[in-house]
Amino acid sequence: MSESKRKWYMVTLIGKDRKSIVSHVTAALYEGGGNLGETSMMRLGGTFSIMMMVEFPGRKKELQDALSTVTDSMDLHLHIDQIDAKLHEHKIPDVRISVYGADRAGIVSKVTTVLAEAGLNILDLESDVAGDKEKPLYIMHIEGEATEGVKALESALQIVKEEDGVDAELVEIDTLIG
Amino acid sequence: MAVLDIITYPDARLKQVAEEVTSFDSALSEFIHNLDETMVAGPGGVGIAATQVGVMQRIVIVDVSNYPRIKKAKHHGHLILINPEILDWQGMKKGREGCMSVPDFTGNVIRAENIVISALDENGNQHEYEMEGFEARAVQHEIDHLDGLLFLDRLVSRRNDLFKRKK
Repeated sequence: MSESKRKWYMVTLIGKDRKSIVSHVTAALYEGGGNLGETSMMRLGGTFSIMMMVEFPGRKKELQDALSTVTDSMDLHLHIDQIDAKLHEHKIPDVRISVYGADRAGIVSKVTTVLAEAGLNILDLESDVAGDKEKPLYIMHIEGEATEGVKALESALQIVKEEDGVDAELVEIDTLIG
Repeated sequence: MAVLDIITYPDARLKQVAEEVTSFDSALSEFIHNLDETMVAGPGGVGIAATQVGVMQRIVIVDVSNYPRIKKAKHHGHLILINPEILDWQGMKKGREGCMSVPDFTGNVIRAENIVISALDENGNQHEYEMEGFEARAVQHEIDHLDGLLFLDRLVSRRNDLFKRKK
């Protein structure tokens, strides 16, 4: 089937982490006629979360039915959207930004707001809380595109460092195609 | 002169070890010219290994001099590396790589920051080079090709590498 005719769904599954969620879910999709594209799956807290591009010839309801046995048996919450998507259109990030510091409310919002104003298009963001209960430590890692240049992002990060007392580092990414 | 076809994974030749070059004749220099033209025509243009065009010989070309932002850094310009060997290395750095033989995918790979290599030129004369940064990364990526290794064999998860150790 040509790329433009393929029908894609974004399938999100969330549930308490337990053994074999991934193998059960992907087996159900495969047996039901689904085909995986790009996916992201990870444990956040005690919850396992799955986001998948799934190519499926049928309707949303039929995809839901194909997954119903596994969602029932593994107690997973399912959400499906039909999406306008294509494979083989990866963007290559040109900056990598790490921000870390004492955890406090609003830090992600502050950092991403000033970076967005300075032209950052986020392609990938992961954040985590380390340290311990008494002294939690916030760590954020972003890869993205500097649409208004790197200097604008560096100035934005300087503001966050001064006003919020976090450490931040920006590295320009030189992608080697060998 | 000709632009050669780049073979792409899962072509089995990309996972095979290349043979040492033993004869330095006109056939070799013609091949090197074609390989060079192929590199320049490609999306990266900074490096190529003979195995990427299906020739299982230990030949690499690297030229980072035209890469944006690298122009002013220290590098050796256009290098033909035959039977290259890494003699020494120091430091490790994460960087993003892609490959003409693995289209539409880039990922983070850890490479040595500084390397010392020895290699023969196209006339069979031996040279030693000390290199750093992006050029050292390109050479390691291409030498890997001669040993049947792709950058996919060395991908690191960014999740496990949030903190870069400061020197």
